[in-house]
Amino acid sequence: MTFSPETEVRFAKFLAKYPADRKRSAVIPMLIYGQDEVGAVTEELIEEIAKRTGVTPLQVTEVVGFYSMLHRKPQGTYHVQVCTNISCLLVGGQELYDQACHKLGIGHKEVTKDGRISLEEVECMGACSWAPAVQVNYDFYHDVTPAQLDKLLDGLAAGKKPEEIAEVHKVSC
Amino acid sequence: MLYNQPNPLEVKVLSRRFTLPNSQSIETYLANDGYKALEKALDMTQQQIIDEVKASGLRGRGGAGFPTGMKWGFVPRQSPKPKYIMVNADESEPGTCKDRLLIEYDPHQLIEGVMIAALAVGSEQGYVYIRGEYRYLIDVMDRAIEEAYAKGVLGDNVMGRGKKFHLATHSGAGAYECGEESALLESFEGKRGNPRIRPPFPAVAGCYQSPTILNNVETFCAVPAIILSGAAYFSGLGSPKNGGTRLFCLSGHINKPGVYELPMGFNLMRMINEVGGGMRGGKKLKAVIPGGSSCPVLKANECDIAMDFDSVAAAKSMLGSGGVVVMDEDTCMVNAALRIMKFYAHESCGWCIPCREGTNWLKKLLTRFHEGMGTRSDIILIGDLSKNMLGRTFCPLGDAAAMPTIAFVEKFQDEFEAHLDGKPCPYENTSRPVTA
Amino acid sequence: MADLVKFTIDGRELEAPAGTLVIEAAKRNGIEIPSFCYCEGYSLQAACRMCLIDVEKMPKMQVACTLPVGAGMVIHTDSDQVKKARKSTLEFLLANHPLDCPVCDKGGECELQDMVFRYGAGESRFTENKLHVDEQQWSPVVFYDGPRCILCFRCVRACEEGMGVGALGVINRGAVSLIAPNHGDHLECDECGQCIDICPVGALTSGAYRYQTRPWEMEHVGTICTHCSDGCKTTLGVRNDEIIRGNNRDRSGINGEFLCAKGRYAYDFYNHAERIQSPLVRVGGKLEPVSWSKALEVVANKFGEIRSRSGEIGVIGSNHTTNEENFYLQKFARHGLNTNNIDHHRTGDVVTLIDALSGTTGQLATTQDLYEKKAFLVIGTDLALEHPFLSFQIRASHRHHEAHVYTITAEKVREDNYAVRAIRKPAGQEIDALEELRTALAVEPELVIIFSDSVKGDAVRKLVEFGQSLGTAVKYCALVDYSNSRGAIDMGVVPELLPGYQPSGKPGLSAQEMLASQTLEALWVVGANPLKDAAMASKKTFVVVQDMFLTETAQRADVVLPAASAYEKNGTVTNVCGEVQRLTRAVSAVGAKTDLEIIGLIAKEMGLAATVGPWVPDTVYNEIRKTVKGYNIPLAMLAVQSQQTAPVNGRVPVESRPDLIHSAHNGLFTSGTLGRYSKVLHTVMESRESRSAQEEMAHS
Repeated sequence: MTFSPETEVRFAKFLAKYPADRKRSAVIPMLIYGQDEVGAVTEELIEEIAKRTGVTPLQVTEVVGFYSMLHRKPQGTYHVQVCTNISCLLVGGQELYDQACHKLGIGHKEVTKDGRISLEEVECMGACSWAPAVQVNYDFYHDVTPAQLDKLLDGLAAGKKPEEIAEVHKVSC
Repeated sequence: MLYNQPNPLEVKVLSRRFTLPNSQSIETYLANDGYKALEKALDMTQQQIIDEVKASGLRGRGGAGFPTGMKWGFVPRQSPKPKYIMVNADESEPGTCKDRLLIEYDPHQLIEGVMIAALAVGSEQGYVYIRGEYRYLIDVMDRAIEEAYAKGVLGDNVMGRGKKFHLATHSGAGAYECGEESALLESFEGKRGNPRIRPPFPAVAGCYQSPTILNNVETFCAVPAIILSGAAYFSGLGSPKNGGTRLFCLSGHINKPGVYELPMGFNLMRMINEVGGGMRGGKKLKAVIPGGSSCPVLKANECDIAMDFDSVAAAKSMLGSGGVVVMDEDTCMVNAALRIMKFYAHESCGWCIPCREGTNWLKKLLTRFHEGMGTRSDIILIGDLSKNMLGRTFCPLGDAAAMPTIAFVEKFQDEFEAHLDGKPCPYENTSRPVTA
Repeated sequence: MADLVKFTIDGRELEAPAGTLVIEAAKRNGIEIPSFCYCEGYSLQAACRMCLIDVEKMPKMQVACTLPVGAGMVIHTDSDQVKKARKSTLEFLLANHPLDCPVCDKGGECELQDMVFRYGAGESRFTENKLHVDEQQWSPVVFYDGPRCILCFRCVRACEEGMGVGALGVINRGAVSLIAPNHGDHLECDECGQCIDICPVGALTSGAYRYQTRPWEMEHVGTICTHCSDGCKTTLGVRNDEIIRGNNRDRSGINGEFLCAKGRYAYDFYNHAERIQSPLVRVGGKLEPVSWSKALEVVANKFGEIRSRSGEIGVIGSNHTTNEENFYLQKFARHGLNTNNIDHHRTGDVVTLIDALSGTTGQLATTQDLYEKKAFLVIGTDLALEHPFLSFQIRASHRHHEAHVYTITAEKVREDNYAVRAIRKPAGQEIDALEELRTALAVEPELVIIFSDSVKGDAVRKLVEFGQSLGTAVKYCALVDYSNSRGAIDMGVVPELLPGYQPSGKPGLSAQEMLASQTLEALWVVGANPLKDAAMASKKTFVVVQDMFLTETAQRADVVLPAASAYEKNGTVTNVCGEVQRLTRAVSAVGAKTDLEIIGLIAKEMGLAATVGPWVPDTVYNEIRKTVKGYNIPLAMLAVQSQQTAPVNGRVPVESRPDLIHSAHNGLFTSGTLGRYSKVLHTVMESRESRSAQEEMAHS
């Protein structure tokens, strides 16, 4: 199995980071970046990573189910993650999540029929002081109001990219 | 652009460069005391560096608060094995969002702190384990590392002084337990994030079973200031045995939630009212979690305390990760206990019976209880099950689940009783139970 | 010897070598500290928390399974706190554990049941819904009931560390963690079933035994496996004279906790539908069932008639009959039938090895040596497939003692995974690679050399010469195939040797020559199937076969006498390392008689009973003790543990016949005739073949 030239370069860099007899360290980074490209952790991806890091496919499989960000089934093009842990809970995170479920008609770890949006109720993402917080793929959104969430989801559903949705500003740096 | 307005009461040491334009760049860093501490450390002996950090009173900023200099001193420097520096950037403690800022606004400060630690023990390789959700910060860190290599700060000839040090980032993939130092090391090796049997501790057998300094981001970030301005300066900023400043993450029902750098020992009530802008909507304070969800909650009348490790411990809680979660009178304590237990049940690695089964049981029990289907004996059971986890699990996650629960059920028994007999939850944010 | 440390447990002053774990020190002194995940010989986990104990001056309770004894340590295993901790740990475990006892195979021999009885509460306070996943079948013989699993991870370690296979892993996180097989929904493994034995509860159960009976309904008989020459003890669960299961929960054999698929499951040949249950005599070209007296009469008349004319009679003995039967057979052949044409299918060059080691003592390895020694050279065999117990021992020595392993084999073998050097050489050319290893081997503190039939004749002498020249302590092991191949040679079931490696001094036909002969008038085949791969030249030879099935040889026979299997008789067998062990009869033979009895009855029928004596195993054994060098081992000693024979340490001045030596190189699922009639082995093999065909198709 081969990846895009960009990812191949990245994977080669990963393997070079660790001592030569410690390729196994690259398993989790390769899984998450590999998932970004392939769309999900497939059997093929597992076998390829096993081959490249010198472990058995079972040893890679053991890791997949342990880490929350790795998915066996493809998520949407835009994976919307809403935190409902304590700091976000206190300022309406639960309500935001419920709103998203209701609006999209899907539940936790489910994908809309057109495959554009998936939803996940997540644990603390490290934006507690700027809650409620939402992540779309890897982008952070702080101080999200119900109205903003509405606009975000409407925009994504209509085929817009997150940066094209004027009313919501992802945190940039 | 910072995510929240700074506060005049802040004592900006670690965060002093945050508002500089282009604060991430090495040019900005060098123009603002950057890598001067490293130059100074290159002229110090290993013991001198360690002694300075010891004298500063710096204690681990990840949550455990272990004296940093002492931890560094445990590394067997004479060992023929390679030494490693491992940065714990797995920040996942609910209520905590400070390491994010340190990496985002001053990545070179972290690099410098890591390199000073490397000099202290003769390490030539370090890694920054960054939680998978912080993808953009992995990119920030990678860019800073590239700049440092280009400037000859990192590499085979650090600042032209003949020493070697290499640094690289490493992505996690979503597991709170991997913030526990030995579980982080297992995860770093490409395995499930189960904690290791201790002893031996990471200082002796850490990364790849070699001696390792493993510290939180903020801990490393404090080191350049300590070396540059001296241990006495740093320790003087805080309270006795609790040196320095720390980044407190204020969240919850206050007017000005945000991350603020304050001296250790700053009073919690002042923090809420003068830094956090007081309770929003004029509501009354009910409770505060002082250091992240693993810490027992403090009732409003227990909050007049100094925020340092020892004082909060004396108040039977913990300073932890500095995540100050403020809850007003309309907050349901049962729901808070429930949501926190759900977190631990979800994040339990599953290695040991009391944590794995205990958190799962308590999650189910508290869910049923919050829905009004609990009994009086359930209230006793909640406390009893938590106490059966306490001190009996393989790693502190079990304690982190047990202690808050015990505090909730003991300090807010009346609220638990208010949920008995099918009565609906009396508070505003009665949410539907989550399906985590 | 490590320093002794003094400490106190429950008020008793004890001592143990420094480094001993508290849980072990307690066990050795009769104090039970309960645990699930602690498993002697495997990596430490401290996961189950059952072994928490109080140690004075330590603020938190400690786990006994990772705490070494400390000087002056005061330990309490019976304090209220410890009792409460055990009770609560069990209560936690029983939260999601299903109340399956009424339908769970493990009921009655379940560690969780035992623990709850002893340390648990009478009731559980759990009133929520239990987690559930459906049962899964991972192989024809392995079932996994996820809900019952207590996640002690013993199975994972047994497979990974013990067997070097690593077919079991852990998936998911927290309370929904599960054990998973290496191929998604099924196992690709050795099917050894140790995971089933080591599972403390009924999470992993045997598909061959599932739902059949309760442990207390069976009588458990420990005997020696009748398949390969490793000599493992297998425990047969017998109910109403029927073998219901085989396992190794007993662990008291030389094989410790090890048992392979053949030892565990492949007893089922014994009641295959095609098992011969009555004697057969060829009448009008067809084999007809007759009475024993009729059959014996036919044989005795024929043998007697030929003997009276000094006609040629040949005898082919067995690789899996007992020492008593082998001794008795060759004695009757030589003294009763007056023939020296006696042989068996030879599978390893033990004779040349013993001759090459003349003048030395103690240079034949035992199975315990394969665990204790620190360096091994494996030649010409995939040990993990052909001698899985020997492989297990070496692997354990590597794990526990950092033993060095060297291989010289035609293809990659499992030992290569941890070998210091792995050399590829075609079969028969392995010794050409020896010099390459001289420097490395010479600095090993000691060495065990294990070799297959690809080293035979002169090559054995060269190998021994090499070994003896290294200047380090060397032991040897010549691999042979079946459960008593070694015993067959020891008892002189070859024309050139009498029992105990004494030269017979007389000429005699080899098995090959007997088949090729045009003048052999009678051929008596006991427990062997020479016509599987060869033809008989003469159509006139009268063939008598003692066997369990209508093998190719039996189908040529004029008389077929149904013989008992190893599980249906007593006697002794000798394993590949020369360790003598006792068989214990587990079930009755139906219609068949033991080979010993059949030989005795033929002798009696011929009026030659005096040449062999009574066909009582113990009586024959006593005669072996008196007359066979190296076998003077009292039966009482064998009842306790195996003893290695000490064969003659002088020359064995006979012509080496390497051309007659061929190992079948049986793997994990084949075992000569017996394997052909084991339904379980067939099911396992078919399942593997169909899976790999499917996977090939999926990948192409």
